[in-house]
Amino acid sequence: MLHIKCPHCGMRSQNEFSYGGDATVKRPELDKEISDQDWDNFVYNRKSLRGKHWELWQHLSGCRQWIKVERDTATHEIFNSLKANEEIS
Amino acid sequence: MQKYSIFNLIRNAFSGHQNWDLAWKDPTPKKEYDVVIIGGGGHGLATAYYLAKEHNITNVAIIEKGWIGGGNVGRNTTIIRSNYMHDDNALFSEFGMDLWRKMSQDLNYNVMFSPRGIINLAHSDAQMNVYARRGNSMRLNGIDAVLLNREQVKEIIPMADFSENVRFPIFGALMQPSAGTARHDAVAWGYARQADSMGVDIIQNCEVTGFDVSGGKINGVRTSRGDIKVKKIGLCVAGSTNILAEKLNMTLPVETHLLQACVSEPVKPILDRVVTFGAGHFYISQSDKGEMVMGGDLDGYNSYAQRGNLPTLQHVLTEGIAMMPFLSKLKMLRTWGGIMDMSMDGSPIIDKTHIEGLYLNCGWCYGGFKATPASGWTFAHTIAQDRVHKLNAGYSLNRFNTGHLLDEKGLGTKTWIS
Repeated sequence: MLHIKCPHCGMRSQNEFSYGGDATVKRPELDKEISDQDWDNFVYNRKSLRGKHWELWQHLSGCRQWIKVERDTATHEIFNSLKANEEIS
Repeated sequence: MQKYSIFNLIRNAFSGHQNWDLAWKDPTPKKEYDVVIIGGGGHGLATAYYLAKEHNITNVAIIEKGWIGGGNVGRNTTIIRSNYMHDDNALFSEFGMDLWRKMSQDLNYNVMFSPRGIINLAHSDAQMNVYARRGNSMRLNGIDAVLLNREQVKEIIPMADFSENVRFPIFGALMQPSAGTARHDAVAWGYARQADSMGVDIIQNCEVTGFDVSGGKINGVRTSRGDIKVKKIGLCVAGSTNILAEKLNMTLPVETHLLQACVSEPVKPILDRVVTFGAGHFYISQSDKGEMVMGGDLDGYNSYAQRGNLPTLQHVLTEGIAMMPFLSKLKMLRTWGGIMDMSMDGSPIIDKTHIEGLYLNCGWCYGGFKATPASGWTFAHTIAQDRVHKLNAGYSLNRFNTGHLLDEKGLGTKTWIS
């Protein structure tokens, strides 16, 4: 069982959360010239790191906020969590 | 190579079975090969076997970080089927079914292929319509499909929950009678033994640490047991695809996720089919040892851990008990996890890459085991001929760029959509 610290609610069990994938993926800016490759990278291509990985989770059965969590994909250890609008340092 | 036969069995009985040949050798890597296959799983072993058998390319090495049979080929739920709707998936898988039927003879190794049939349960009228459509598509592609009504399903699997007051009543099912199971370890060992006998070097405990690429061409591979010069490399590493892609500066439409499976304590024969739950993701069959073999959803988050968490297991088994209530009486014998190369559209990739001499085989999601022979056969063709076969033309890498997705179920990594 993962225990995830929601920045809004505190430490909660994995059961309350839903996963949302890599948090470092940035949507291309719409007012700029965007190549097919940019869209491809945004929609499909992922690094899927082994080790520390910033990812989105939604506290679905809690405050329903999206949050960012830093977790090790090899050990499942969780290091850090941020509100969705906070920048990863 | 010694042939496995009743006569050799009797002959070796006189010496107490002490003088059988080793099934495969343990060579040290040579300095140069024609082809190197990275990943000694089912697909890698099958690829090497078909390279030797169909294309006469025998100066081949399989490089495996762990040991033969230690990855997903030894961790799956052994289901073999070709019940796909889209042509690309259906024709590829049905080609594989033919290879499965001949495999024990072909490899001189009993893979215990058991075509016991797979039953996909439907729990609504709408789902029956969807299954009728899929069944028709399958039959147009020459695959056996039978649409069963509730009574017919009850006759085949009376132990499922047919009571009136259930959340997901069984309306009927789609059945592929020729689908089944096989002994997964035997598949790995059979391919390894034959590949080895034709001159393929199976190099275990050998980790790839880097690649030698220059001018857009593969020149070699660096390993923990020395550098190897090679012009063609087949990447066949399932859940480790992204790790090696990073060493090649490639970003792929693949994420590595965790999938769990489990077996109950062994019980007397009760279930002689493979059955899947239609209102969630749960599948079950009974092994020859009597264990109920069960699996379901991904854990849902990126992982390389090869071990899962209990919430997913509980979720999956809740579905199982809803489908077959007797399961609640069984004790759990064993649970384990494997790491899956989940592609973004849920379909695999067998293709060339932008690097000359580098070939990619990944994205098998939930369905890697059943694809073992067809994947090896088409990948060997792609490597040997330097062009894709028509059977794997749909499994291209650039389909994500061009929009020609193969969205059989449209799930891919995003299990939360379901």
